[in-house]
Amino acid sequence: MLKKKIYITIIFIFLLAFFAGNLSYPKYLNQGIDFFNSKFSLKLPHFWDVPFKLGLDLQGGTHLVYEADFSGVEEKDYNSLIQGLRDVIERRINIFGVREPLVQTQEASGHYRLVVEMAGIKDPAQAIKMIGETPYLEFKEEEEDYQAILERNQKVAETKEGQIEDPFKSTLLTGKYLEKAEVGFDQTTYKPLILLQFNEEGSKIFEELTARNVGKPLAIYIDGVPISAPTVQETISGGKAQITGSFTTKEAQDLARNLNAGALPVPITLISQQTVGPTLGKISLDESLKAGALGFLAILCYMIIFYRIPGFFASISLIIYVTLLLSLFKLIPVTLTLAGIAGFLLSMGMAVDANILIFSRFREELKSGKDHFAALEAGLRRAWPAIRDGNLTTILVGLILFGLGSSFVKGFAFTLVIGNLIGMFTAIIITNNFLKIFIKTKLENIKWLW
Amino acid sequence: MQINFLKYKIIYFVFFGILLLGSIFSIFYFGLKPGIDFTGGSILEINFETRPENQVIQEKLKDLNLGDITIQPTEENGVIIRMKEINEDVHQQIISKLGELSKVNEKRFESTGPVIGKELKQKTIILIIISLAALLIYIAISFRKASWPLSGFQYGVISIITLTFDVLIPIGIFCLLGRLYNVQFSIPIVTALLTILGYTINDKVIVFDRVRENVSRKRQEDFEQILNQSLSQTFTRSLSTGICTLLVLFAIFFLGGETLKYFSLTLIIGIIVGTLTSLFLAPPLLLAWLKLKKRR
Repeated sequence: MLKKKIYITIIFIFLLAFFAGNLSYPKYLNQGIDFFNSKFSLKLPHFWDVPFKLGLDLQGGTHLVYEADFSGVEEKDYNSLIQGLRDVIERRINIFGVREPLVQTQEASGHYRLVVEMAGIKDPAQAIKMIGETPYLEFKEEEEDYQAILERNQKVAETKEGQIEDPFKSTLLTGKYLEKAEVGFDQTTYKPLILLQFNEEGSKIFEELTARNVGKPLAIYIDGVPISAPTVQETISGGKAQITGSFTTKEAQDLARNLNAGALPVPITLISQQTVGPTLGKISLDESLKAGALGFLAILCYMIIFYRIPGFFASISLIIYVTLLLSLFKLIPVTLTLAGIAGFLLSMGMAVDANILIFSRFREELKSGKDHFAALEAGLRRAWPAIRDGNLTTILVGLILFGLGSSFVKGFAFTLVIGNLIGMFTAIIITNNFLKIFIKTKLENIKWLW
Repeated sequence: MQINFLKYKIIYFVFFGILLLGSIFSIFYFGLKPGIDFTGGSILEINFETRPENQVIQEKLKDLNLGDITIQPTEENGVIIRMKEINEDVHQQIISKLGELSKVNEKRFESTGPVIGKELKQKTIILIIISLAALLIYIAISFRKASWPLSGFQYGVISIITLTFDVLIPIGIFCLLGRLYNVQFSIPIVTALLTILGYTINDKVIVFDRVRENVSRKRQEDFEQILNQSLSQTFTRSLSTGICTLLVLFAIFFLGGETLKYFSLTLIIGIIVGTLTSLFLAPPLLLAWLKLKKRR
């Protein structure tokens, strides 16, 4: 009666293990299916092949943090602006052809940030340049004391003392209102220039701005650098403007393309960068897999030598543990980073602990003269508080670590916590049921095996 | 099988005492070298086709005004260059300048602004405080039932004393490594230290649990006797678990590459120290406290 229950449990365990094993590494099963299909001209479908999700440090890529400069912007506009910024940068990256780029906005103690992750990117420097180059276009008008500033600047230039002041002040008109930009050529000089078309709102602002400044220069700044400062002849309605400057045709084209992809609504600065080259990513992945495999084998050897039959079953349950975890990583899906793999490997060492605790107790109970079944039951019962507490403390620390938010820590903490949970399960359910198969068999009597 | 562990308790005290004093000395004398995670700064790891001398690299980069830079050779042809926070332009200039020396392949570049570093530092401090508080609560709950011959409070205090050893000794060794090999104290190291706390508290709880269990079974026996018996029972488990975890960690340390090297090393030191203090420091301390109590 009891045995029957154990056998059923074990069949379930094997089914689970088979499923998890093939989910984590479907290559062999699919080859087998192909073989059968060709031999018996069948059309069996392939097993579910889900790829692992690798982090930037394992496949190469770049992680950028930009800070948005919201000075001079009203607080109620923050959210729409940061969303706009996000969209613009996303478009920009898409032009660059990155698979699944990640662009996230983040708010930390009053700072608005944009996190950009580009995985598997071949030339991160180029991409950074492209995001960074994204022009921040603005129109500026004269300061009240324009002439006085010019005179002061003149003096500074002569005496080389003091600082040059910007004679222009910002206006409402920025790249935010741009509808499109294109390259044109000056009719008389044939020099390239850029034609701007503002949207409705921008056109209104432009109209007011030109009306206010007839006879005065209106400066056009790109990324904080004055490009040209044409004098306004008359009020311009309809929202058309042009930028003339000493561009080459290529520069004009680039600028127009960048303006089109979206001039940034607010200026941004790159405040943090992490780039991993694709070669290092590959090396790191190989190295960590090698380390994992070796550590795993070492544990198996230790367990079998030291705990013999129970050790052997603990090894099997450890193998199942690994397949279960890998399947979970695929299904959730967990983005695997180096730190995550470290957490996974460490949890493997800890998963063994639950087995060891049970075995130690089991051996003691056997020595005190109990039969196998009673010893197993008592061993598990006695070891349970220690297993529970041990995993609890690690999980507790893991959860707190998770709150730090830094990507290294998150990856580590997450896999460590999942690993601990699955580890408890395998030790208690899987190893224990395996050991019960031998109740009342001849093997039970061979003392040195246990 | 019963070993008289406590016979040599003087040796244990002297051994751990020296280790602790050495670590404290190292912490105050050498100090921690905070990594760029906390201070802001840049790390550039590149491979040369043929690696030039450090001085040649230093000379080459002199014009870029990088401030204080350290150049550390790695593996066969690589170098890791640490410097202040630089922007993307300067980064590209460095690459092209170094490219003039020999063909280069950029493996990794990290640059953290001081603002992010400062934030992370504050977050880390909060995190450490929360973790310590959580562990204290855990200890208080775990030992609340103990009554004879020592109170739960005393078990708790001794766990905390030994945990201090488990964390201070790795930190001390780290300060020494910082001086010798320019190893920096970074987020992964903090993570490792907190993990050590979560892991080794468990070792202590398991030993103490045994002591409590044995005490409740045979009240009349000598406490030293009970301690010895409990240690003999938990000894193989502590050792086995420690060894299995260390096997994995050593594999990561030797094969896992540069990023995980000092992370795994910290865990290795912490787990070795933690396993040893649970077996050889915590129980003698229990006994010492009991003797002190009786004398009064």
